[in-house]
Amino acid sequence: MKATVLVRPKAGILDPQGEAVERSLRQLGFTVGDARVGKVIDLEVEASSASEARAQVERMCERLLANPLIESYDIELEENGS
Amino acid sequence: MTERRPRVAVVVFPGSNDDRDAAWALSALGAEPVLAWHADPEAPAVDGVVLPGGFSYGDYLRAGAIARFAPALEWVSAFAAEGGPVLGICNGFQILCEAGLLPGVLRPNASLSFVCRDVVVIAERDDTLFTSRCDSGQALTIPVKHGDGCYHPPPDLPEEQIAFRYAPGQNPNGSERDIAGVVNAAGNVLGLMPHPEHAVDPLLGSGDGGLLLAGLIEAARDRSYARA
Repeated sequence: MKATVLVRPKAGILDPQGEAVERSLRQLGFTVGDARVGKVIDLEVEASSASEARAQVERMCERLLANPLIESYDIELEENGS
Repeated sequence: MTERRPRVAVVVFPGSNDDRDAAWALSALGAEPVLAWHADPEAPAVDGVVLPGGFSYGDYLRAGAIARFAPALEWVSAFAAEGGPVLGICNGFQILCEAGLLPGVLRPNASLSFVCRDVVVIAERDDTLFTSRCDSGQALTIPVKHGDGCYHPPPDLPEEQIAFRYAPGQNPNGSERDIAGVVNAAGNVLGLMPHPEHAVDPLLGSGDGGLLLAGLIEAARDRSYARA
């Protein structure tokens, strides 16, 4: 099963990368605000069901992939070959 | 009578680059440094631990996030839990935070630039194992060199766990509340971004870092006598 984890800086956490990206976009003439930069982690997970895969990936997020003090995460699952 | 040279471990990770400087400084200040490889699960016979600076595991994902699962962290955690003095410098500070041995987390510098320069930090306390040689409020000149040094404390971090602050106007990385170093609640684990091991000889700019390392060595020496 293919899993995609989106890790984002939590609301209220200073995100200098997001600010730099936003400044650069404004210089290019785009009218934008609230740019935030996170991470995407793609995984191939062995699991017999979507709920089992989700539970596994949640444990990965809590132990390693995200730091709960500063980051939130979202998990997307996609069955292979369906 | 010469004083005993207490054994102090310096844990070496792939990507550590201040391990040798830390060992040199410990030796110069009266300790016997013991380099301990991160993958060795067996605890060396030591009375103090230093987690040195560098870029363990390439700082992938978040600084310190992968190193915290190194086998050595098991015995370091046990050593800390029983009151042993543990000092994390720069990357070592990041690892201790990710491992939950210290509160908070270190994030990319607010400027997004790597900073490498001397800063003045203020010792907020003189009653921790590590600051026993400092006076409360004493200004120390110690270099920083990091890209991920912006400290984000948990919202409830007690004031008494703040061991070092950047002097007014000196905050090099955007750390909240100007925090440069924190101790755990028990006071036996310290993490800080400045590098005391690079400031042990006035000939090279400053000897102020020696005060801090001497505190660690003294605590390790006391421990070695208590154990004997």
